[in-house]
Amino acid sequence: MSAITRDEVAHLARLSRLALADEELDHFAAQLDQIVGAVARVAEVAADDIPPSSHALPLTNVFRPDEVRPSLTPEEALSGAPAVEDDRFRVPRILGEEA
Amino acid sequence: MSLIHKTAAELGKLIASGEASAVEVAQAHLDRITEVDSKVSAFLHVDAESALAQARSVDERIARGEKLGPLAGVPIAHKDVFTTSDMPTTAGSKILEGWRPPYDATVTRRLREAGLVILGKTNLDEFAMGSSTENSAYGPTHNPWDLSRIPGGSSGGSSAAVASYEAPLSTGTDTGGSIRQPAAVTGIVGMKPTYGGSSRYGLIAFASSLDTPGPFARNVLDAALLQEAFSGHDALDSTSIDAPVPPVVEAARQADVAGLRVGVVKEFGGDGYQPGVLARFHEAVDLLESLGAKVVEVSCPTFGYALPAYYLIAPSECSSNLARFDAMRYGLRVGDDGTRSAEEVMALTRAAGFGPEVKRRIMLGTYALSSGYYDAYYGQAQKVRTLISRDFEAAFHQVDVLISPTTPTTAFPIGERADDPMAMYLADLCTIPSNLAGNAAISVPCGLADEDGLPVGLQIMAPVLGDDRCYRVGAAVERAFEGRWGGPLLAKAPAL
Repeated sequence: MSAITRDEVAHLARLSRLALADEELDHFAAQLDQIVGAVARVAEVAADDIPPSSHALPLTNVFRPDEVRPSLTPEEALSGAPAVEDDRFRVPRILGEEA
Repeated sequence: MSLIHKTAAELGKLIASGEASAVEVAQAHLDRITEVDSKVSAFLHVDAESALAQARSVDERIARGEKLGPLAGVPIAHKDVFTTSDMPTTAGSKILEGWRPPYDATVTRRLREAGLVILGKTNLDEFAMGSSTENSAYGPTHNPWDLSRIPGGSSGGSSAAVASYEAPLSTGTDTGGSIRQPAAVTGIVGMKPTYGGSSRYGLIAFASSLDTPGPFARNVLDAALLQEAFSGHDALDSTSIDAPVPPVVEAARQADVAGLRVGVVKEFGGDGYQPGVLARFHEAVDLLESLGAKVVEVSCPTFGYALPAYYLIAPSECSSNLARFDAMRYGLRVGDDGTRSAEEVMALTRAAGFGPEVKRRIMLGTYALSSGYYDAYYGQAQKVRTLISRDFEAAFHQVDVLISPTTPTTAFPIGERADDPMAMYLADLCTIPSNLAGNAAISVPCGLADEDGLPVGLQIMAPVLGDDRCYRVGAAVERAFEGRWGGPLLAKAPAL
């Protein structure tokens, strides 16, 4: 049985904001199914009472002094923007027409 | 001997003493790039004018009597995943084609401060995801030993540049083996420092809890000099370790293993390993014994689950990190015709701008983090990660370093695994545990496999902040092997 179906890949693509073509969905469904089948082996490890590690080092709450420091100018911050208007990032519409 | 065949340490001395100018040295390497890079394709961007200007500035500072570091004036190839304010930065992706970052990565800044001359930016698997450099949106890099084969990955442009004498040094990043595996398959030295020992500020993120900048060089001492030049605490990276850089240069000069306890990882070997790789590895074990090390076998039972745990953790982090490529603030924007919503433009841009491996990993990570699957996949992988760290801790109670082959096979042909992700992932089988646990690990040349005449790497793993042990053992192995080979392994590579 497949772990990941084509419909599931279509759902993952939507969540991931990837407008995939139909043939890509088929291709990825087969590959992701194989990969998920392989990585599911982690379930074989008895680890019920083991704490999870999100990180290799025991670092917590690293703060810097709360001081004003130089940062990018508006020109620098906007230098790579696809579209700019009035010193701001210009973006496509965010709300629907009816909103 | 021509300038391009000298070590970085030698070049630094020649430049400091005035026997060679930094401009001469830079020009020799730029000429080499012109001569061979059409075959190797190590570079995505070469800036001769900038390199010569940097070199002139070093020469002027030396002429004024300024005391500079040991690598001042030495050329370097810089992986195109570090931001550079004066050169494009693409991460090997179409989504960042032509992007010029407004700031330098900390590693970039420290290279400049050390007087290193940045020749250009090197090719990589897109967003450092891959083991062959075939996932670059700008075409593959070729292994200088055999141009039909991969140079490893993801830092394959950096390994190929050093192995083809286009640069004596290069930078890489290692998330699951992306420095050590390319070093192994091109016959050079590559080091993954302790996680947090080198700054991630300005390194385009793939998996933030694993990504580690590190050096490539043609010998162990040069790698140590480069690691020292760009390492150390950085307030701009909250995961940077606030501790002195381990004495890596001193260790590389010490090159002595008498009395050192060396553990052979029992779980790495057997099925799936190329016979020629295992033969060279066993030779290295015998060599270490003959040099006075005490070699024992050590079991790390959870290491067999490192690969599946990694392919849950790394894609999960990548799916979140790569959300920043949203077509709004920088990089590619596709389909903005005035009728489409921001969300539609985002999805079209990401579909057009990301290659297949990046899409696979984003979706795999999204899956592993989904409610209903989170505990079984991402949560369980994090527990396995804890057990892998515990395996290392137990092992380092018994021995000073652990060793294994760096990668199970020699360089494979370009195309062979390109559309078979699981086969590709196996290249990182032995390197991944040190990323999950954050400890230091190096790959040094260990001979040529009999069946194909291609380089094999020996991996030496040390505890967290035990980077100096990697260099100490690596340098001892290098000295003994080079005595046997009559010079560096790379001297056996065919002329390009």
